[in-house]
Formats: sequence, C-alpha cells, structure tokens
Amino acid sequence: MAETSALPTRFATPPALSLRFVPVWRRNLLVWRKLAFASLLGNIADPLFYMLALGYGLGALVGEVGGMPYVAFIGTGMVCQSAMFTASFEGMYSAFSRMHVQRTWEGIINAPIALDDVVLAEWIWSATKAAMSTAAILAVLFALGFGRTWLALWILPLGFLVGLVFGGFGLLMTSLAPGYEFFTYFFTLVITPMLLLSGVYFPVDQLPGWLAATANVLPLKHAIDLARPLMLARAPDAVAQHVVVLLAYAGIAYYAALVLTRRRLLR
Amino acid sequence: MASIVERVLPGRTGATRDRVLSVQGLVKRYGGHDVVRGLSFEIRRGECFGLLGPNGAGKTTTLRCCLGLVEPDDGTIELCGEPVPKAAREARVRVGVVPQADNLDPDFSVTENLVVYGRYFGIDRATLDARIPKLLEFAGLAAKAKAQLRTLSGGMKRRLTLARALVNDPELLILDEPTTGLDPQARHLIWDGLRNLLAQGKTILLTTHFMDEAARLATRLAVIDHGRMIACDAPRALIAEHVEPEVVEVYGDAARAWANAHGRRLSKRLEIAGETAFCYAMDAQPLLADLAARGGVRYLHRPANLEDLFIKLTGRELRD
Repeated sequence: MAETSALPTRFATPPALSLRFVPVWRRNLLVWRKLAFASLLGNIADPLFYMLALGYGLGALVGEVGGMPYVAFIGTGMVCQSAMFTASFEGMYSAFSRMHVQRTWEGIINAPIALDDVVLAEWIWSATKAAMSTAAILAVLFALGFGRTWLALWILPLGFLVGLVFGGFGLLMTSLAPGYEFFTYFFTLVITPMLLLSGVYFPVDQLPGWLAATANVLPLKHAIDLARPLMLARAPDAVAQHVVVLLAYAGIAYYAALVLTRRRLLR
Repeated sequence: MASIVERVLPGRTGATRDRVLSVQGLVKRYGGHDVVRGLSFEIRRGECFGLLGPNGAGKTTTLRCCLGLVEPDDGTIELCGEPVPKAAREARVRVGVVPQADNLDPDFSVTENLVVYGRYFGIDRATLDARIPKLLEFAGLAAKAKAQLRTLSGGMKRRLTLARALVNDPELLILDEPTTGLDPQARHLIWDGLRNLLAQGKTILLTTHFMDEAARLATRLAVIDHGRMIACDAPRALIAEHVEPEVVEVYGDAARAWANAHGRRLSKRLEIAGETAFCYAMDAQPLLADLAARGGVRYLHRPANLEDLFIKLTGRELRD
C-alpha cells in the first residue's frame, strides 16, 4: 500500500478559495444558534473562574503586574487562551464529529461544494467561534471596569486571528485523527506548554533566558504581546511582526490540514 | 494498458443529450490493487440503471469516480454533459445523491435538513419554501416537517435522505444501496417512491446487492465483479441469456445423495449449497416426475430469477 503513506502531488495543489464556503459556515452557525447559551456559558465560565480566583486571590499577593492589576493582567491572557481553546476544540472534536462520526462533510461534497470549500468553512468557523468567546470574556472584563478603551476592541479581530491559528492546527489534527483520543496529544504536547509559557499567568521575562527564548516561537505569546498593551489603551510594539508570525502559523496549519484532508477523503 | 478495456458497451444510441452519464474505460487502483478495471457503461435519460455486484466489486468506487470525488487512474467520464472530474462540481449541480450511510444533520429538524442542503446548491429561500412541502409530501413526512431528527425511524430517515437528494430537482438520482438495513415495509415505501420518480421521467443510477430491488426497479442492469463488467442488459434478457429458465430447489439431508444419484442426470446444471440442491433445467418435468415418484423430499419449482443469474456470474463463495 505504498500510495497510502506517500502524499501524491495531486493533493498538494493550491487551495481553491471561493465564497461557496458560506453556506457551510451558515450550517455551523445554525447548529450553534440552537445551543448558543450553553456554548457561550462554556466559553466564559471556565476562564472566568480562573480569572476571578487567580486574579483576586493571587492578585492580592502580587499586586500590579506589567502595569495593570493582576486580575486585568490574567484576564487579558484568558481572552487569548479562550480563543485558543475554543478554536482548537472546534477544529478537533466538533470538526471530527462532522467529518467522521456524522459524515456531514460527505453529504456536503455530494452537493456542488468542493472539499476545499468545506475545509475553508470549518477554518473560518473555528475562528468565528474564537472571536465570539473573545467578545464574551472581553465583555466580562469591561463589566469589571478594565480595558474600557476603543483600542481594546482590536482584541476582537486578534481573537479571530488566534482562532485561525488554532482552528488550523485543530483541523490538521482532525485530518490525521483515527479517533477522539488522538486529540489528547495536542492538548498535552502543544496546548499545555503553550498555556504555561506564553505569559497568560505571569510575564514571560520571569522565565530563565533559554525558556523565554523558546516562548518567543509560540503563537499564543505573540497574541498576548498584542493584547496586553491594547487593554491599557496603548499601541503594541512591533505589531507587524506579531501579526506576520500569527498569519504564518495560521496559513501553514490551514494548508497542511487541507492537503491531508484531501488525502484522507478524496481517495 | 490494452487489456484494461475489456468490454465496451453495445453501440451508443441517441444523441449526447439523451446520455445522462457516460463512463468509458474507467480504471481505479488503490496501492497497486485494481478496484475498477476498465468499466464502461452509459445511462440514458429516463432509465433506471442498476449496478449489481458482491461486496468489494467496485460499485461505490465507481460512483465516487462518477461524482468526481475520486480521481480515476484511467478512463473518461461525462456526467450531465460535463467532463468529470474536471467539471465535477458543475455536474453535481444537476445530480442528487442518496449515500450508503446516513449523513443527515442530527442537530436539525426535518425541514432544516432540507433548507440547509438546498443552500449548498445555491437555491434561494423562496424556491426552497415552495419546494420543500412537496418533497415532504413525496417522502411521506408532511406531518414530520418540524420533527427533530432523533425522533425519526430508520425508514423515515432514509426517505428524508431521498427527499434531500431531490432538493435541486436533479437530472440524475444516484442511490448507493438505498434500502440496506431497512425492514421490508420501509423498503417497499422507498421502492414506491423510486417507481414514482421513474414514472415522472427521472433518471436513476442505483447500486444494490438486493436482487429483489434490482428486479423491481432496474430497466437495465450491469453485473460487476472484481471491478469488471460481466454482463449488462435488461433483467429478463440477462436471465434468459445466462440462466436455464426453470429451477428446482431440493431441500434436506437427502438432497445431496439424491442430487448425485439422479439430480445431475436430470438437470442441465446442478449446484449444491449447504443442504439445498439447485437444479437448473430447460424443462423441469423429468425432475419433478422423479421427485414426485420418490416422495418425502421437499422441493420448490420456480422460474429462474436474478439471484440465479448473480450466483452463476459471481460464484457462491463469500465476499468480505
């Protein structure tokens, strides 16, 4: 079975981008609307508990961090973390259900929609959900009196971008997954270190030099470097550099996911 | 490569527009194993064409190639006038598909399933709103329009899948084993629906391994095995061509001994499977006379059917 493991060049063609992804995206939106409350609650509750418990509990000990109260510091980290989690879940568990368990994608590509349209729709959708959870947590921060500045609204598109990165990686995992258990690797080996090293809970410069340098390659770190100044109504430094890194991660993950999904389903 | 094209269908009749699907010399390999080996057939407007074959014969692979979901290794396909896979997406605008495994949206109601699927074809809401009640009526689901999917029985889900495949008013309806897993009542309802569609002039491509289904629905049948076409014609013509017209089935412990002692002599052809002897004859009278004279043997006299044809062409051994 040489063909099974090799990646024939016919799957490695450029992505066919078209607006045909819209009806597939709307399908996911319609499902979400039915469960919106539970979904948003899930998106908010977990980060909210962390934010409040660590923010006020630990915050009482550490005081201000990075020029803001610790609860706002960790809250901003939680915004980015939540976008990462939401998109990863959507790209993995939800997309895998639609692809493999419910065979939804199979039904869709029997209609005049190409698999490329489906993957694009899932990618954009995972980022959409990331932006929605970003908005929810941002609303909580505003309600607590933090980040009430127009600049902070830039965190919304940032959440979308973080969603593109992790939705892309989620879909990449889905294209390779034999079952749900497979996603544990991603959480253990990628998400957890990312969470601890990217500066969600403490500034990265607290880490020893070599570890801080490692953190610099992590996409979540770049997202947080953009988000924190925005919360303080400041324009972040090196915006272009951070955005380029995030876009590069997003693009590479998406393309790899697309090629491997084609190989998985179009043979 | 010459050996790949083993059989070309009898002459092309009619103009291109009467040909809804044309497959010529289709070859598909997986890892050095030929799943489809030079398959050729054409489907004419208004007919129900059946692809019949044991498990693993290449039926589903052939369908996936026809829809442009799999790139063939060789051969040409034209679906609804479009070259496939090059313009497969354009061709699929005019095709409806009932897949082998259910893939309805479990999160949606019956109507939502049709609306969402209709949007994949770019059909506007007004057209869908006008069309959906008719589709539900056709599928016998008018009372279930707002029902959630999990409340439907297996048969209802299959009928909804059929209705969904008609949402774009397709020129060609492709059904991959549409009644597998259904009880007889549900199966008959699907058959009624399909006959109804044929009466309205729809064209159908159907794969099945139910002989009953093929006999009831197909105007023409292709028997395929190991990726090759073994025979292709109207069901009755196929039976007449390949199988002796009369069959006597003899049952029980004594069937084998009787078959070896007398049955073989009185039949044109005889096969034993388990505790049944199948005697094929041009005229069954001598067989029947012998069995009646002997007494105490259970037997059944019947005309040859598609199952006999299928077994004769594809053998009795089990396929997995």
